[in-house]
Amino acid sequence: MAQQTDIFPPPGEAMEPPGAFEAQPMGFYTDTTVCIGCKACEVACKNWNGLSARDGGAQPMSGDSYDNTRTLDGEHWRHVKFIEQFSEDRSQGRWLMMSDVCKHCVQAGCLEVCPTNAIIRTEFDTVVIQADVCNGCRDCIAACPFGVIEVNPVNNTAMKCTLCYDRMQNGLVPACAQACPTASIQFGPIAELRELGAARVEQLNTQSRDAGRPEDAYLYGADDSIVGGLNSFYLLIDEPEVYGLPRAPKLPSSQLPATTALTAAGAAGLGLLGLLGFRKRRMDDFAAEARADAAGAGTAPESVRLAPGETVVVEPERGPKGGVGGEY
Amino acid sequence: MSIDPASAVSRVLAQTTLPSDTFVTLSPHWGWLIVLYFFLGGISGGAAFLAAMLHLFGRAEDRSMVRLGYLVAFVALLPCAPLLIVDLNRPERFWHMIWQSDSGGPMFKWWSPMSLGVWIITLFAGILLLALIGSWAGRVGLPNRLSSLADGTLGKVVAAATGLLGLFLAGYTGTLLTATNRPLWADTPLLGLLFLLSGISAAAAALLLLGWRRTHPASLSWLGQIDSYAMGLELAVLVVMVVTLGAVATAVLGNGWGVALLVGTVLLGTLVPLAAHFRPRLLGAATIPVAAVLGLAGSFVLRSVIVLASEAV
Repeated sequence: MAQQTDIFPPPGEAMEPPGAFEAQPMGFYTDTTVCIGCKACEVACKNWNGLSARDGGAQPMSGDSYDNTRTLDGEHWRHVKFIEQFSEDRSQGRWLMMSDVCKHCVQAGCLEVCPTNAIIRTEFDTVVIQADVCNGCRDCIAACPFGVIEVNPVNNTAMKCTLCYDRMQNGLVPACAQACPTASIQFGPIAELRELGAARVEQLNTQSRDAGRPEDAYLYGADDSIVGGLNSFYLLIDEPEVYGLPRAPKLPSSQLPATTALTAAGAAGLGLLGLLGFRKRRMDDFAAEARADAAGAGTAPESVRLAPGETVVVEPERGPKGGVGGEY
Repeated sequence: MSIDPASAVSRVLAQTTLPSDTFVTLSPHWGWLIVLYFFLGGISGGAAFLAAMLHLFGRAEDRSMVRLGYLVAFVALLPCAPLLIVDLNRPERFWHMIWQSDSGGPMFKWWSPMSLGVWIITLFAGILLLALIGSWAGRVGLPNRLSSLADGTLGKVVAAATGLLGLFLAGYTGTLLTATNRPLWADTPLLGLLFLLSGISAAAAALLLLGWRRTHPASLSWLGQIDSYAMGLELAVLVVMVVTLGAVATAVLGNGWGVALLVGTVLLGTLVPLAAHFRPRLLGAATIPVAAVLGLAGSFVLRSVIVLASEAV
């Protein structure tokens, strides 16, 4: 079962609630080679999730191909990308289209940094933002390696695709996959989707091989090499960057050990320099006392170095050695 | 269809090469409120660290600077929490970062710099208040008996905790930026160290400015030394960071932000104050305060550029 589309009973039979899907990793496999850019997924997503239009529907044309959605954000949880690869005279070229969405990463950067636990992992291994918990710190936006999350201007919390968690809990296929007319977006258990994807890659590359073309089809995010695996993975036929995807996305915490060690070393180093400064001050005082003793003037004023090249004469004021505790 | 490698299409594709994977991500819209918080947090943490050092290892003549240090740390910390709360899209839910709103219990994730930072700020505010009260006991209407907070073993523990938490506050803001996937921020592990050094330098500058002619010259001299070390190291770290960032630095800082960094932070905010430390008459009788003001401005420009230049990508 890669995709459940037959949710209505035969004529004459009572309709039974489908019930929730079995708790197991579920997700999307998107075959970009059969996407036709119809944007049915965008419309279905907005419709089901009741998402508002950008700027109250007053958004201007982008001038970028057929793409006025432009980006995923808090109001657009699906975004069909149009990539025009044409020569200047447009005599040769091709269209690449890709319906982008949250990747529901197995190792999710957004979930990792969220300081309120608003972002949770569900029984389907998907990643969902709880709008009633999110306080809009926006850390997840910066943490997402795919540029998926944004603030929804209606409720002022971070929002993104939920993989239709509400539909899945009732045994329904996510709205986008349900609406996709070419089965570019397929929904189902991840294990089954990976098999589907692998078979499709083999099919495409066999065709290419037979036609003497480069074997350019591959799966992006189907294995664990990309942030532990993507529960929404893709079949691509060009480099990830062409689709606006990172080649080797990282978790936000990937540099934490290095940056923590460097910062701690800097703090320790500066603390040490501060201690050396105190030691130098003591040495200077001892030297001044020794000079004063030698001159037979033990109560001579103490000379304190203010800065290189400048000295200020002050009255002696000495506390107990090793600190000023008890002197306040 | 296959694409001729020599065609214009291939040239178009070549342009899709990004300086870093971070360039496909979205900006969190951290603006001037966050810049101001980073600046004040750096001063607060740095001042607490410096005051604690003078408290623990200084002498009686450093007492006035210790008092000033804790006071500056506290005053600089006061606006920090309000700034962070106002910056939230849902400020009324700020407490969700401290208490789990859905399941109850403390909200703490040590591996999330933002979550850790919330607790550090909270703890720091409390311990700093103790240090401040202890150091000012017997003055400004505070009873003498409160000096126990600055005396003996308890005083040392309070001072050490204040200094350590202050260091954390000064440095974690840079680490917070690194723990993202944004251009520049996530492309270098040096931001935590850079912000720490800049915070301590800015705090030393603030204390030199406010303590000039009010505190003991020996304290000022020690602070001047620390400031010089911090600025020198900061400059070195900044250079290493920009060089190692390579194409990312070109893409993010090869514009007005880079000029602001060069002029505001490197030239006016670091090199001039450094020169003033070695030539105390460089700018006449007011060399120390002028250098301190420039150092503070340089620290502010550094945080502005690091935050806003990436935001602009």
